[in-house]
Amino acid sequence: MSRLHSRADTRLGLAITLAVAAFLVGPVVLSILAGLTKNYFVGLSSGLTLRWVGQVWDMYDGTIWRSLIVALLTLFICLMAGVPAAWVLTLHRGRLARAFEELLTLPVAVPGLATALALIISWGTVRGLRTSTLFIVIGHVLFTLPFMVRSARASMTGAGLAILDEAAATLGASRLQRFLTIVVPNARPGILTGGLTVLTLSIGEFNLTWLLHTPLTQTLPVGLADSYASMRLEVASAYTLVFLLMLMPLLVGLQWLAGLDARRAAANTSA
Amino acid sequence: MQRRGWLVFAAPAAALFLAFWLLPMVELALRGASPVDGHCAYLTVVTAPRYWRSLFNTVALSLAAMAGTLFISLPVGRFLAWHREFPGRRVLVGLLMFPLSFPGVVVGFLIILLAGRQGVINQLSQWLTGDSLVFAYNMGGLFLGYLYFSLPRTIGMIEAAAMQLDASLLEAACTLGASAWRRFADIELPALRPALIGAGAMSFATNMGAFGTVFTLGTNIDVLPMTIYNEFTNYANIPVAAALSIVLGLATWLVLFVAHSLAGSNDRGAGA
Amino acid sequence: MNKTSITLRECAKTWPDGTRALQPLDLRVEGGEILALLGPSGCGKTTLLRLICGLEHSDTGGKIFYGQEDVTQLPPEQRGAGVVFQSYALFPNMSVADNVAYGLRVRGQDAASRKRRAMDMLALVRMQDFAGRNVTQLSGGQRQRVALARALAIEPRVLLLDEPLTALDAKLREHLRVELAQMLRELNITTVIVTHDQDEAMMLGDRIAVMSAGRIEQIGTAEALYRQPATDFVGEFLGTLCHVRAVVEDGLLAPGASELAFRPHHAVLLAPQPRALQARVLARFFLGDTVRYELALPDDQRFSAVAPADSIHQAGDKVSVKLIQA
Repeated sequence: MSRLHSRADTRLGLAITLAVAAFLVGPVVLSILAGLTKNYFVGLSSGLTLRWVGQVWDMYDGTIWRSLIVALLTLFICLMAGVPAAWVLTLHRGRLARAFEELLTLPVAVPGLATALALIISWGTVRGLRTSTLFIVIGHVLFTLPFMVRSARASMTGAGLAILDEAAATLGASRLQRFLTIVVPNARPGILTGGLTVLTLSIGEFNLTWLLHTPLTQTLPVGLADSYASMRLEVASAYTLVFLLMLMPLLVGLQWLAGLDARRAAANTSA
Repeated sequence: MQRRGWLVFAAPAAALFLAFWLLPMVELALRGASPVDGHCAYLTVVTAPRYWRSLFNTVALSLAAMAGTLFISLPVGRFLAWHREFPGRRVLVGLLMFPLSFPGVVVGFLIILLAGRQGVINQLSQWLTGDSLVFAYNMGGLFLGYLYFSLPRTIGMIEAAAMQLDASLLEAACTLGASAWRRFADIELPALRPALIGAGAMSFATNMGAFGTVFTLGTNIDVLPMTIYNEFTNYANIPVAAALSIVLGLATWLVLFVAHSLAGSNDRGAGA
Repeated sequence: MNKTSITLRECAKTWPDGTRALQPLDLRVEGGEILALLGPSGCGKTTLLRLICGLEHSDTGGKIFYGQEDVTQLPPEQRGAGVVFQSYALFPNMSVADNVAYGLRVRGQDAASRKRRAMDMLALVRMQDFAGRNVTQLSGGQRQRVALARALAIEPRVLLLDEPLTALDAKLREHLRVELAQMLRELNITTVIVTHDQDEAMMLGDRIAVMSAGRIEQIGTAEALYRQPATDFVGEFLGTLCHVRAVVEDGLLAPGASELAFRPHHAVLLAPQPRALQARVLARFFLGDTVRYELALPDDQRFSAVAPADSIHQAGDKVSVKLIQA
């Protein structure tokens, strides 16, 4: 296949690819270094320190906990609402069902600003809701639900669960039984991937959260924006580093699941 | 039909969506019609020069960034698709895809590190020429930010499309006498066109709606998301903010809808 | 028209991971001849074809000649070989006529003469009514003809077809086989066809090269290969071969220890004869034109026999076997 493309083509492609990689990764490396260096201006020679990370923890640990709680609550609601919905969408493939699925993805297609504004003017007046963490969770659910639904549905369709469900029905199982014992266990890969995606998106969500938050309900990205505006570079960088560290296991998990999926698919086709 | 009995399982999701998105959106749309300066806000929004300028800036910058993204992703996507095995490929792809989950806020900060007052580029230019080169806090920085955010996505989409290209088509063109350039122009580009359109539309729509990136780079950059934010937070001008949001929302949804039908995927991931 | 011969000398192909696709071989296809490369999948026939058109390069030392010209170093764009791919490889972004004219377009021919030639080629394969259609709307048989027209449009020195009929269903294949055979003979271009179908090879090729594991086992006319297979592999590939340990006395199978090989329809069943082996009929299959028998010798060696449709022997009968050389 390499003879189909000239050597110049390959060299140019490689050069541009390396340049892009440098552009993307360079600032991240800078940020990590800045967060761990005693003095960014002086550079690495000023020595490494965890002081900034410590300062971040002192000032912003509330945001970190809140982001985790919001993410977990979001995940819970997405699981409860999204997985059953995904099953209904697997069974019904008519125009109405597909329109419903498209509708669900609207909060993703439309800028988070608009969704947040709509939430505020409609529900912002409910006493207690506007200033609670729940308000933020609702916004996050709207934004992440489609990803859970899509991922779970893909898994359910791929595993041919509709037929398994019919078989279980002939054996006497009720709908709830079939859902809990046949559908959910067999859709586990999709649910897992969807779950990790939901967590990742929720932890990083800013557009919605910035408008929905109050000084008492700050999440990590909100804190990040605050630190970018008002803190010194080293602190902001350390904070970013903490954020990246939180994302890391989720990203690795997603990659690993994707690899599992690919291996399973290859095994199925060669079998 | 027996399947109808399952519909109740979709009720929680439908209820959530209806209560917290659909109905609020309708109310937002209605607010946008309420009067501002004597006219309905929608009218104000499309006639006042202040908003026109914002809209123009947003569209122009988003288009330019989209073009830049496509221009860069095409060679990278092709390169990755045609060379599936070489030492270090996994690391290289990992580096390219890593920023996929960065929210726009973080991207803004990274651009500041690159092109801000304390940024590498400024330090380099001062060391080389003595002049300072700072462009993070204006359209230039935003442009870079749009690029940074879109590139991992578009590269992935172009690579996937290039991989699906049937090699026997290129071989056939080869045996018919076509040179490498002709094979690219006559066979490869037409085959990649749907993916290019899809990736371009996705990139454009994302750029249009980006808020976090702009917010970090400076609240004085005149693009629509910033205008909406300012109208709402600083001027409490809800009708205008609502009208602008609806217009922006419709525009991005439309562009993504077209992209969806052409390229088959609707992934925006984290908001910019 | 084109009497360019193809000569391969010492051509071999080894993949980067060490597997040998082709052992060093010599091959000569005479100008105007149609050669069929026949063999099971993995025998190297497609690799050999790709070597000839330049999509693969031989290991060092191999040389390929078109006529007197050494084309070993020429890239495929410049060899002038017309290739029909197994998947047809029609360009989906172009109409039928544009596909056929593509080779002329890259050679810089003007639009008018390109169109004329394309229509001529399409008329040759009886697809002229489809000129404006998009190729994605065509059936398998129609695509095959367009692919052929496209390869012929550039006036190739040699024509190479990679399993041209394999992608089609059985009935269509039978019909197109005859058509293709006639067309190729009229065209009179040096042609190499790759196939794994014995009937196709025998019908389309002036000569057949039977390949196995990267080697050419035997090369010759269909009749020569069928009547005098050089190896068991060739014998098994072109028709069926039965193997028994016995001797032939007066034409009949008799007890003995020679290794005999014969074709099922060269075994004639008779009433039991003295001093000849008595075979037991295990099963009888009526196949319309013929009857096929499965038989067993007293020491349980199995073999088949094919007899005319009116053959009377039934399962359970005892028979003697006469071997004829038809």
